[in-house]
Amino acid sequence: MPATSAMDSAQSAGFTPPTRFAVPGRIAVSNRAAATWQRATLTEVRRETPHAATFRFAVPDWEGHLPGQHLMLRLRAGDGYVAQRHYSIASPPDDTGHIELTLDHVDGGEVSGWFHTVAEPGDEVEVRGPLSGFFAWPGDRPALLVGAGSGVVPLMSMVRHHRARGLSVPLRLLVSARSPEELIYASEYGAETTPVFTRTAPEGVPVGRVSAAHVAALQADRPEGGWEAYVCGSNGFAEHASRLLVDAGQPVDRIRIERFG
Amino acid sequence: MNVTRGFTGRPRVRNDGLPPGQYDAGDDWPVLSAEVTPDLTPAEWTFTVDGLVAEPRTWTWDEAHALPPSAYEGDIHCVTSWSKFGVRFGGVSLDAFLDAVRPAPEATHVVAYSHTGYTTNLPLADLTGGRAWIAWEYGDGPLPAEHGGPARLLVPHLYFWKSAKWIAGLRLLDHDEPGFWEQNGYHHRGNPWEEQRYSGD
Ligand SMILES: Cc1cc2nc3c(=O)[nH]c(=O)nc-3n(C[C@H](O)[C@H](O)[C@H](O)COP(=O)(O)OP(=O)(O)OC[C@H]3O[C@@H](n4cnc5c(N)ncnc54)[C@H](O)[C@@H]3O)c2cc1C
Repeated sequence: MPATSAMDSAQSAGFTPPTRFAVPGRIAVSNRAAATWQRATLTEVRRETPHAATFRFAVPDWEGHLPGQHLMLRLRAGDGYVAQRHYSIASPPDDTGHIELTLDHVDGGEVSGWFHTVAEPGDEVEVRGPLSGFFAWPGDRPALLVGAGSGVVPLMSMVRHHRARGLSVPLRLLVSARSPEELIYASEYGAETTPVFTRTAPEGVPVGRVSAAHVAALQADRPEGGWEAYVCGSNGFAEHASRLLVDAGQPVDRIRIERFG
Repeated sequence: MNVTRGFTGRPRVRNDGLPPGQYDAGDDWPVLSAEVTPDLTPAEWTFTVDGLVAEPRTWTWDEAHALPPSAYEGDIHCVTSWSKFGVRFGGVSLDAFLDAVRPAPEATHVVAYSHTGYTTNLPLADLTGGRAWIAWEYGDGPLPAEHGGPARLLVPHLYFWKSAKWIAGLRLLDHDEPGFWEQNGYHHRGNPWEEQRYSGD
């Protein structure tokens, strides 16, 4: 864990705009870690769904991260061409010297394509991070997590952290997937999780999108002081889910959104 | 950095317009905002310039539209590595607003802030000389809400997080004051050609 984890927002002094304030960052990030490329060695590949797999790396000098943070990853071709993309960190902070990423295989994708068709243990890539203290969750406030597809990745880091540390602060996860087969980390969810299936669902479970009813149930359940909401997924999903949260009474300045583009 | 085994990248044509570490997003225009897209109508939108200026001022939608129109045609670059070529934004040059408020000689930096509360810092010099706009058109239509409509700041020579969506105002200061992403580890200036992505780059 970074030493800064307890620091709640670097946004102390300074100009505050005369508007309803967007949630400030939760933690101060290490500028040095954010600016330094490190070698990451792939040690294990675990299939999660037909389209997603988890890639485990040894990164010996990793300074730690908080659940919800992401990193920048780069690959280099023989002619010097470099491709870099952002990926959320799936593993919890206490996995010292290791990090895990979960990548969707994007059709025709340059970086995810390499991971899904070429990468094997022993391969090396470069990473820098962790980046952004904004979407981080130190484990201190009740958290309502809403994700779809690979948007569940940073949220799973939070769930794993909650479990690993035996935290008692309330945590709930609403996760949307096309079908049970497409649900990433399916075997790891517990009572904190409500899965929603948009195309095919197990017997007795309705098919449909994340709806006002799902969000209303979670809002009805909110702890004293309310939820801190974390929404992650495609932009379309983020727009839909954040709108539902606002309509259900979640304050806009307590909704954090990570859009995968 | 070592070559990544078996990585060739997709076939590419040489593109001198592409800053280091960027790729051409083609027709895609990813949306990357940290907050809920606000419901903000043109009638509710205002734009204020204050701080170290001789005459602070707030413009309404109609007042801003009465200024001489100015368009940007060119490229934009996002820190998440995509670039987008040959886009057109229509609006008003920021020079028109700054000329009206008359910046004080000691003003060196600006905090741009949006109607959501998002902030980003810029050197004043990056906003003058026909290099920055308040934009409300994209292509031939209105700027879509998720891309900052009804109006956003446009500073195309810097990474796009500097081009604050749902722009509400600029405050001129005599010092640099980090904004939202800058406090979250991103570079203070963000020049794509120098790859100023994170603090320390
Ligand atoms: C903060 C953040 C966190 C993220 N976390 C995750 C995560 O945890 N897991 C995850 O899976 N993703 C995540 N993403 C998305 C990730 O960064 C990449 O966008 C994704 O992996 C696709 O990259 P790619 O190189 O495989 O695809 P790209 O090569 O970028 O292609 C994307 C799409 O464009 C098309 N395309 C673009 N150019 C061409 C071309 N010249 N020819 C043909 N097709 C083209 C491709 O077919 C494909 O459909 C995250 C994004 C952000 C911003």
